[in-house]
Amino acid sequence: MDYKLLEPILKEKTARGSLIPILQEAQELYGWLSPETLSYISDKTGISPAKVMGAATFYAQFRLKPAGKNLILLCQGTACHVNGSAAIESAIRDYLGVDEGEVTDDGLFTYNNVACLGCCSLSPAMMLNGKIYGKLTGKSAVEILELHKN
Amino acid sequence: MRVTVGMGSCGIAAGADEIYQTLSKVAPVQITGCNGDCYREPIVTVGDKTYVNVNKKGADEIAKMMRGENNSAKDYAVYTDDSETKNRIALCNCGIINPESIDEYISRNGYKAIEKFAELTPVQVIEEIKASGLRGRGGAGFPTWFKWNAARESVGDNKYIICNADEGDPGAFMDRAILEGDPHAVIEGMMVAAYAIGANAGIVYVRAEYPLAITRLETALNQARERGFLNSNFDIKIKAGAGAFVCGEETALIASLEGERGMPRLKPPFPAQKGLWDSPSNINNVETLANIPWIINNGGAAFARIGTEKSKGTKVFALTGKIAKGGLVEVEMGKTVRDVIYDYGGGCDGFKAVQLGGPSGGCIPNELIDTEIDYEALAKTGAIIGSGGMVVMDGSSCMVDMARYFLDFTCKESCGKCTHCRIGNKRMLEILERICDGNGKSGDIELLLELGEEIKSGSLCALGQTAPNPVLTTIKYFRDEYEAHINAKKCPALSCKPLLTYSIDLNNCKKCNLCAKKCPTDAIIDLVIDGEKCTKCGICFNACKFGAVNVV
Repeated sequence: MDYKLLEPILKEKTARGSLIPILQEAQELYGWLSPETLSYISDKTGISPAKVMGAATFYAQFRLKPAGKNLILLCQGTACHVNGSAAIESAIRDYLGVDEGEVTDDGLFTYNNVACLGCCSLSPAMMLNGKIYGKLTGKSAVEILELHKN
Repeated sequence: MRVTVGMGSCGIAAGADEIYQTLSKVAPVQITGCNGDCYREPIVTVGDKTYVNVNKKGADEIAKMMRGENNSAKDYAVYTDDSETKNRIALCNCGIINPESIDEYISRNGYKAIEKFAELTPVQVIEEIKASGLRGRGGAGFPTWFKWNAARESVGDNKYIICNADEGDPGAFMDRAILEGDPHAVIEGMMVAAYAIGANAGIVYVRAEYPLAITRLETALNQARERGFLNSNFDIKIKAGAGAFVCGEETALIASLEGERGMPRLKPPFPAQKGLWDSPSNINNVETLANIPWIINNGGAAFARIGTEKSKGTKVFALTGKIAKGGLVEVEMGKTVRDVIYDYGGGCDGFKAVQLGGPSGGCIPNELIDTEIDYEALAKTGAIIGSGGMVVMDGSSCMVDMARYFLDFTCKESCGKCTHCRIGNKRMLEILERICDGNGKSGDIELLLELGEEIKSGSLCALGQTAPNPVLTTIKYFRDEYEAHINAKKCPALSCKPLLTYSIDLNNCKKCNLCAKKCPTDAIIDLVIDGEKCTKCGICFNACKFGAVNVV
């Protein structure tokens, strides 16, 4: 991997407490945090590999596996639960043929559950590549995914 | 004529982006945040008229009207009764001003509080907050002045004011709405707090799931710097969280800011004594800070005139679930839960219970719906005000399943430090799962109660101490539902699939055989459902046009 892209943030974020922003930037750049990326960050910052790994595994945002082209975040909030997010979940799983946290074989989709997107009044909701879609049904969720197939 | 389109996350999710594009072609359009009426999104205002649930066709009609071509857009207009919104404090600008314009904020008394506090000493500012009776809106309800005073009295070269915008309670979104709709109010609130405690740096810790809130806040901070409100004496930075519910806890939030795993530590020392980088730090929630400019401008006494003896001012609630008008409401303390659900929320058909306070809170049943909105009164029921999430449930919601849902959440979010929280909650979850699967045993309820009490007393932070609340309150008020699951193996709400039995009522059956054709597992042969093959998917129930498929 080309770690030159990481240089600016490593230079800028030399202050203490910068590990999480560095990991966020690395994930933004490379799509995920590979063991090599984590080692590189540890080498460059002098933060022990155990600490880097500790933070990377603690926070739900960090992916330790490569991500698909499109990132699905299905909301598991209370309002979504009450309004039937379980049905959306099974529709997405059936359509993609993957479980939560996995990438489809064609590399097009990563499917993750998230705690709450804060769009409770439009429940059930999901976020696809940063955009929120609300008032889903199993059918409409699949239709939205269809549009991102290409 | 001023034209606005509601462009909070909820508005955008409802399709406001496209409407904004259409209308901007005709005339300049201002964006606003969420005004709380999420169920009416997308919302457009033209002059004094408000248009709701605007679709593409509606946007075309409004565009025509703006060009002066016709008046058919009147079909969409509502003349908003502003009685519910005019007394707002925390949400006073949300949905009204353009959150990306500092001038619009200033035109509504914005940045007046920082002019005003220049006449006051830090102690006088704290006295004003004390007089207001403001308590933390993030969950614990701790008096704000007390925290400020403790941080002020602590000695340190550096002091921090931290805004906790790690709004993780599933079912609460008022902090997101405030940051998206009125970010300058939070900045101004932080500036007042910084002056009172002597802080020289501010940090807003925002959860990563709120990208729009981060963008709007970033814009607002840049504008405040350009105008000189923020400068080298006091500036505010944003730190994006990385997805951990426990980081809403003060000491875990500090650990996260320091680049560590977000694990809470024992208090004392409190953050006011030893916080970020061991310096005195004061942490307030977004809604708490949004109240501050109003209190300074109008005086603590004016705020204290609203509410009950111990709970002052207003509280924002996020109304969701089975409710007619889902969204945000700002309610005077002292109103009842009934007022919130029926007067503000438009009610719920077949109301059963309301879950208040997220995973740390509890369920309030119909019998207690007249409980006052007051920290102490609600705590007596076993629920809490918490951050203000209100999830309304009707007869189709199974209370055992709700308890299971919340415990599943806390199990995933437990940081793992305390054994009781890490393992105890897991054991409780396993018991609830077996009850929902029809494998509950006698003695399970007692075991849940015992474990719940142990976890409460054996956990370090509020996450563990409150995790059993949803289970304990549902057992308290809906014990019969637990018993039905365990003894009769039935789910009264018809929600827990493994406990359902489908059958065909031959008296109503027209023998069309549609159910058998639709059945994905071929479990229906000669109009009899084979219980072994049936996966309880409910497709036959939904397919039957004659109501001949029964479920119990």
